[in-house]
Amino acid sequence: MSASARSVLWRLKVQLHNPITMAIDKNSTSYTFGFSIAMVVVVGAALAFTALSLKDRQDANAADKKMMDILGAIGVKANRTNANTLFADYVIERVAIDMDGRQVSATSEAVNPKDKADPFSIDVKKDYRASIKSAVKAADGDEEVLAAALADKDLQFPLFRCVTDAGDNVYVIPVVGSGLWGPIWGYVALEDDMTTIFGANFDHKTETPGLGAEIKESFFTEKFKGKKLNTEGAALFSVLKGGAPTDESSVDGITGGTITSKGVDEMINRTLKVYLRYFETQTRAQR
Amino acid sequence: MSTETAAATAKKESLFSKQNKKLLTDPLDDSNPITVQVLGICSALAITVQLQQAVIMSLSVLFVMIGGNVIVSLLRNMIPDRIRIIVQLVVVASLVIIVDQVLKAFQPEISEKLSVFVGLIITNCIIMGRLEAFALGNKPGPSFLDAIGNAMGYAWILLVVSIVREVFGSGAISLPGMGQVKFLPTSWFMSEGGFYENNNLMILPPMALITVGIIIWIQRSRNQALIEEN
Repeated sequence: MSASARSVLWRLKVQLHNPITMAIDKNSTSYTFGFSIAMVVVVGAALAFTALSLKDRQDANAADKKMMDILGAIGVKANRTNANTLFADYVIERVAIDMDGRQVSATSEAVNPKDKADPFSIDVKKDYRASIKSAVKAADGDEEVLAAALADKDLQFPLFRCVTDAGDNVYVIPVVGSGLWGPIWGYVALEDDMTTIFGANFDHKTETPGLGAEIKESFFTEKFKGKKLNTEGAALFSVLKGGAPTDESSVDGITGGTITSKGVDEMINRTLKVYLRYFETQTRAQR
Repeated sequence: MSTETAAATAKKESLFSKQNKKLLTDPLDDSNPITVQVLGICSALAITVQLQQAVIMSLSVLFVMIGGNVIVSLLRNMIPDRIRIIVQLVVVASLVIIVDQVLKAFQPEISEKLSVFVGLIITNCIIMGRLEAFALGNKPGPSFLDAIGNAMGYAWILLVVSIVREVFGSGAISLPGMGQVKFLPTSWFMSEGGFYENNNLMILPPMALITVGIIIWIQRSRNQALIEEN
């Protein structure tokens, strides 16, 4: 190879090696903008691809978790491997009802999380976030204002009818509300008389560990067992400020977690009222 | 021209030269990110209750660290100086989101337990520190080793702390893939109606700080060079 050919090759190699630093000033504003835009496009595409390719698995996991929580409210411990079978064993019917307590649909077939019409697929957390939360805040405790605000939202509420090992009917109701820092949610199970609480479990996203976060612990949820809803009084059920004396339709709240406890109180009362309307129409129909 | 090429090849050292080996071993002891640089303490306190969580957290940090260091090192000649921190942040954040999504899909149980701490890997000072201090000025090879070294330095502290806390706190050890192995018969535990109550002092975060403190104490009495003069 001649010397000049070698020198051309060398120059080419240098340029290939450092294509950008050679040609462009990398501190110029236009380069900075160009770099940012390219970066955002590449990163956005990569993340969208990851999210899409994992979505099916994540949805299946979320459905399993939901089944475990519902079973947990009737005292059945399930894990991810047996959640589907146990759910099919214990939950005999899934009902969707509307704001006024009318039954919209019901099914006893196998759960299909992809079927939007299945009451199992009703996303109560999403409904709460999208419309109920702001309405509750605006109504500020006034029930009529709240009912009017939600009347045209076309909301649906899922209800899970289960049979316990002892053969009793138990109704599991999902509840969603707000704690101090973020959303809180849970499941309340009612016995066949529709007033006695069979069991409850709660969870939260970001409540303070050791204070509000305690609502998910068993010492708190155990207190709900056997309590009765007070259908005559002003509130169906109360979670009282820590230390106050409790009766058969109230429990002691969490000391230091007052706002989270209030959130539990609020979500139970608001949600159960809707379901009680449904139960009333059911018992009337039976007579 | 030809002398330049010769010089370039001579300068190119093997990936496992003595200097590069130091990149791997230094962070384990002399410049350990947790015990010497005191970085990444927040996650070390929060997720060391169980060994299994610590293992997953360490693997996640290892992945993010290697990915971040190598990517930033590859881009180091292209990244505009003025936005370099934001670029690093974007690289780390997208890697963390990928880890989070993968955990949610394949390890949902652990993903729930680690909850916000996976997201907080973004703010783990060790990672940003290594990107800024090392990857921006070094080639991908050494950056890769530096990432492994620092992630391992972080990991072994996490593992030791979590073993101490789980064994003495819960009387058990959770091995990945095997679930929690209890040292005592299950019926002895108070949750099953027995007499053995879990040691909350070990389970709550303060004990992690004390355990890390003890590791620092041992390390400095063994390696006097680390002791700062007042």
